[in-house]
Amino acid sequence: MSEMYVSGQSGVGRLIQALAERGHRVIGPIVRNEALVYDEIKGVEDLPKGWTDLQEPGRYRLEQRGDEKLFGFVVGPTSWKQYLNPPETVLWSGVISPEGFVTDPAPEPPKYAFFGVRPCEVAALGVLDKVYSTSNGLPSMAGYTAIREQAFIVAVNCVEPGGNCFCVSMDTGPTAEAGYDIAITEIVHNGNMRYLIEAGTPAGAEVLGDMGNLEEPSEAEIEARDFFLTEAAANMGKTLEVDDLPELLKGNARNPRWESIADRCLACANCTMVCPTCFCNTVDDNLSLDGTHATRTRKWDSCFTLGFSYMHGLPMREGVGARYRQWITHKLATWVDQFDEMGCVGCGRCITWCPVGIDITHEAGAIRRADLRDTPIGIGGFA
Amino acid sequence: MALPKLAVYKFASCDGCQLSILDVEDLLLDIASVVHIANFPEASREVVEGPYDLTLVEGSITTPHDAERIHEIRRQSKYLVTIGACATAGGIQALKNWKDTDLFMRTVYAHPEYLETLETSTPIKNHVEVNFELRGCPVDKMALVEVVAAFVQGRRPNIPEYSVCVECKRRGTPCVMVGHGTPCLGPVTQAGCGALCPSYNRGCYGCFGPMESPNTEMLAAAWQRLGVNHRGLVDAFRGFNAYAEPFRITSDHHEALAVAKGE
Ligand code: SF4
Ligand code: SF4
Ligand code: SF4
Ligand code: SF4
Repeated sequence: MSEMYVSGQSGVGRLIQALAERGHRVIGPIVRNEALVYDEIKGVEDLPKGWTDLQEPGRYRLEQRGDEKLFGFVVGPTSWKQYLNPPETVLWSGVISPEGFVTDPAPEPPKYAFFGVRPCEVAALGVLDKVYSTSNGLPSMAGYTAIREQAFIVAVNCVEPGGNCFCVSMDTGPTAEAGYDIAITEIVHNGNMRYLIEAGTPAGAEVLGDMGNLEEPSEAEIEARDFFLTEAAANMGKTLEVDDLPELLKGNARNPRWESIADRCLACANCTMVCPTCFCNTVDDNLSLDGTHATRTRKWDSCFTLGFSYMHGLPMREGVGARYRQWITHKLATWVDQFDEMGCVGCGRCITWCPVGIDITHEAGAIRRADLRDTPIGIGGFA
Repeated sequence: MALPKLAVYKFASCDGCQLSILDVEDLLLDIASVVHIANFPEASREVVEGPYDLTLVEGSITTPHDAERIHEIRRQSKYLVTIGACATAGGIQALKNWKDTDLFMRTVYAHPEYLETLETSTPIKNHVEVNFELRGCPVDKMALVEVVAAFVQGRRPNIPEYSVCVECKRRGTPCVMVGHGTPCLGPVTQAGCGALCPSYNRGCYGCFGPMESPNTEMLAAAWQRLGVNHRGLVDAFRGFNAYAEPFRITSDHHEALAVAKGE
């Protein structure tokens, strides 16, 4: 572990300032429409001091905590993929002119600092990197690497997991182990708000070095940090049994459970939209009325739409059961075949933001309890 | 080469969708440069005889005369597109389909014997073949431009059929249903408005009608958990798209339950 520092809330503010001075657009959690979302922050006063989020399947409420915590909540409906792969991105546009086809100049990739990235989200960035950067030797997705490489990551460890969190099951939290430039742990010690700060990369160490005025933590403060993080790991809102899970899901393609989910699922696609790792896009080509100006736009897509599996004149996944099965099987099983890891980091967003509260951990558990691999009905392809 | 001829027809409707064509402002000149606006009384006195290459039809069928007229328009049209909730689902006036038309006539008009009307308000597709339906109350004006552009360019219009939630999430609006407990029709409603109402902290009213695979009963159950009774569900599903089948079935179901429970 690198050297640890400690500060009060003013140190957090100085860190935001230091990143802004280095030319980063600092993005962090703010309150909007009664939820915590990621948006631009100018200083420590923009952080949602004293707020917490209560999360259940299909339900989310903000509440005042009655304390001074800056990070006393977990994750909201937005995630960092919104900045790395914006919901709508113009890939290129151009006009036919006498000189031929001339493309409009592309905008400069923004230089972000992500402030308050939770450990599961740090893991999600790693998952997205595998998908969008260089996985399987494919070229990286247009625009991704340019934004990602400049992004400075300030992680915040979780001392209070949310009601739908299961990062311990996915081995992604509640402490960020790697993948951040700076990590912060917020604790209350002897009645004071204390922020234990450590660097994870040389870039992070450089920023901390420039900040000056950071104290060394006392042994008691380090012990308190470790205690809170250990406690957090023991207090997850949910668990997901991952043992043998990919084989279980792939071997239950015809399980009748999918039909029971189809009765409940709205196919609204909220789960895939809020998921920090769901990576599917669609591409729209748009041609102006006179046919001279063309625009190609990339938009978030979802395996819950009918258009997603539309081939040869009809959708391959007509039934909602088949669409839900695609989603959960991709996240927890076939993702491993593609990228050597699961596509779920245990953030709980898909559970909270499903309008009817369908719970990925519960449904995976239900398939496990009704495992049909040893019966003829359970085996077979993805019909 | 002669430009393709465009016609715009009106049936029972408020004119809002036709007005959306005029509302595209500068783009109207672009439209006029790729199609010949041959028959559009709201925009121009010049009426050029059919047949037409592209016909936009606004409004629903509510009179015997209109039920005849639409067949003639179909015969005159190579490609017929219905625009708006009235033309695609019967509109708000389809609420009369659940009521006694004679009673309305006797109540509202001094001489109902001069009127000729049908018992129902029905979408154009119930009467003639329709090549494409553009939903919305009103339609989105840029979607109209897209329909015209797609027609001119010989391709399928790029109009989504998934839920409003997809647009709501792309827009970055925190869900009002999950976050505030505000009932929202977004999960069963087709995208197209850009998820306007949730961005103003209101639930979706269903202006674009049922999405591609609407699970209306399960959404109704979720609304009930938020405290909406059967009567409230009937009112919610009987809006501008009341007569669209999935909404109709669900409102009928909850009306029966409301009556049984004396709501
Ligand atoms: S599948 Fe659900 S819990 Fe897993 S990362 Fe995605 S949103 Fe989070
Ligand atoms: S679960 Fe669906 S939306 Fe998410 S990455 Fe897989 S196919 Fe794409
Ligand atoms: S699981 Fe929930 S959020 Fe996902 S599509 Fe189904 S109803 Fe929507
Ligand atoms: S506010 Fe309505 S439209 Fe938006 S995600 Fe929630 S249910 Fe869907």
